[in-house]
Amino acid sequence: MSGLRVLAGPELTSGAESFADHTQRLGTPQSTGRALVETLVRSGLTGRGGASFPVGLKWRSVIAAKGSPVVIANGAEGEPQSHKDRLLMTTRPHLVLDGAFIAARTVHARQVVLYIGEEHKAGWSAMARALDERPEGERRIARIVGAPHRYVAGDSSAAVHLIDGGVATPTTTPPSTHERGLDGAPTLVQNVETLAHIALIARYGDAWYGSAGRRGAAGTVLITMAGGVNHPGVLEVEAGTTVEEAVAMAGGVTEPTSAVLIGGYFGAWVQAAKAWELPLDIASLQARGLSLGCGVVGLLPAARCGVCDTSRIMGYLATESSAQCGPCFFGLRALSDACSRIAERGANRDDLARLKKWAIEVPGRGACKHPDGAVMFLRSALSTFADEFAVHPAHWRQQPA
Amino acid sequence: MKTEMQLTIDRIKCDGHGLCAELLPERIRVDDWGYPIIAPGPIPEHLAQHAQRAVAACPTLALALARIARSK
Ligand SMILES: Cc1cc2nc3c(=O)[nH]c(=O)nc-3n(C[C@H](O)[C@H](O)[C@H](O)COP(=O)(O)O)c2cc1C
Ligand code: SF4
Ligand code: SF4
Repeated sequence: MSGLRVLAGPELTSGAESFADHTQRLGTPQSTGRALVETLVRSGLTGRGGASFPVGLKWRSVIAAKGSPVVIANGAEGEPQSHKDRLLMTTRPHLVLDGAFIAARTVHARQVVLYIGEEHKAGWSAMARALDERPEGERRIARIVGAPHRYVAGDSSAAVHLIDGGVATPTTTPPSTHERGLDGAPTLVQNVETLAHIALIARYGDAWYGSAGRRGAAGTVLITMAGGVNHPGVLEVEAGTTVEEAVAMAGGVTEPTSAVLIGGYFGAWVQAAKAWELPLDIASLQARGLSLGCGVVGLLPAARCGVCDTSRIMGYLATESSAQCGPCFFGLRALSDACSRIAERGANRDDLARLKKWAIEVPGRGACKHPDGAVMFLRSALSTFADEFAVHPAHWRQQPA
Repeated sequence: MKTEMQLTIDRIKCDGHGLCAELLPERIRVDDWGYPIIAPGPIPEHLAQHAQRAVAACPTLALALARIARSK
């Protein structure tokens, strides 16, 4: 399988594209500087690490900030079900590097840090080899730093904290990393998929970017199809492609589906009947109170239990709290415990009431967005699986994902 | 320019003693684990002094009072 744009080119199974092949296929990117920033603003490109922040606006504020900026390419990919970043680093490392160095030239950065998940071994070595192939002027300013295998290590402030101080825990915002990051310098943190799109937009422009996309959406997105589909894995689809179309591209469903998790563990469950027609596009999803997050689309087969799966994921997210902020550490633990009591011992009104109360109180009260993401996920479960939560039997079907 | 006062908490510094909730119960309550929940919105003028006292009393310097430009 090959993709439309960032995954276009040689077969993905043949591994990393070399610098020579990459340059021959795509040429050298032309646009940098002010003009590129405005092109990015016009393209409407948003970040693909989860928060969907507009890229052009972030670049503008990094340029406006005082100090000599730093660029961090975020290849931590801590989301357990997501595979798109590691696939991209493994197969198209030079697209990611192009994006990182274009960013560095544009914001006048003196340093580029490639922040790569320690467990993504193939992605790491492909990126390391690719960096060795780059011109000396680029190699000199770039280095690779490993992201520990923890969910919150991918947060931009945790990345800065690790690179600066050796601990991958988030720090208090404000200031955001693009105001004050590495060594206090304005720091542009950009997801590796975002950088790959930037590498192409710098070559072909915003009109080209918008020439892909369905139902009014612009560009392409990498998504990871997970759960009950015949061919789970990464797809590059036009933005605005519906869940149903993406499922068909992934070989269709393996069995009847009860719900779809859109956006990964910081995303939301949607009843299958309502999910099929959803366009995979940031603006359309946001208009429905959803998010594309890191692009995971996970199908829950009807034979599985949404309450038990939710409980398992809440347990994971509670464990992944960096335990620095009381409302996150105690709140997520308490939410997870209430979920697993319902899953193991059966529905009970007290725990359901507690879940609903804490789901209102906990978000917005951490240094980073970890509790917000976890609670958004939980709330979606409480509404999508409302009937199941109300009458859940004491079965605790703890199958792995 | 009109400004208003808002309480902020550094969630990493705060260790949940709940002292602030005792000093400013009009605006701060604690959750089931003892950590403060601040009522949304600006601090009204008549509570400004109480708010300042709560900030000064916070043992971890987590609580702060910020003067920000009024949104509307
Ligand atoms: C708990 C948490 C975990 C995150 N993990 C990742 C991650 O693994 N990879 C990533 O690119 N962004 C991750 N992010 C988002 C980053 O903080 C940041 O927004 C992003 O890297 C910016 O790049 P983008 O704008 O190109 O998406 C995470 C955020 C939070 C709050
Ligand atoms: S909100 Fe949670 S994950 Fe984020 S810094 Fe605080 S304790 Fe750590
Ligand atoms: S007084 Fe300070 S440390 Fe104590 S709960 Fe309030 S903000 Fe937290």
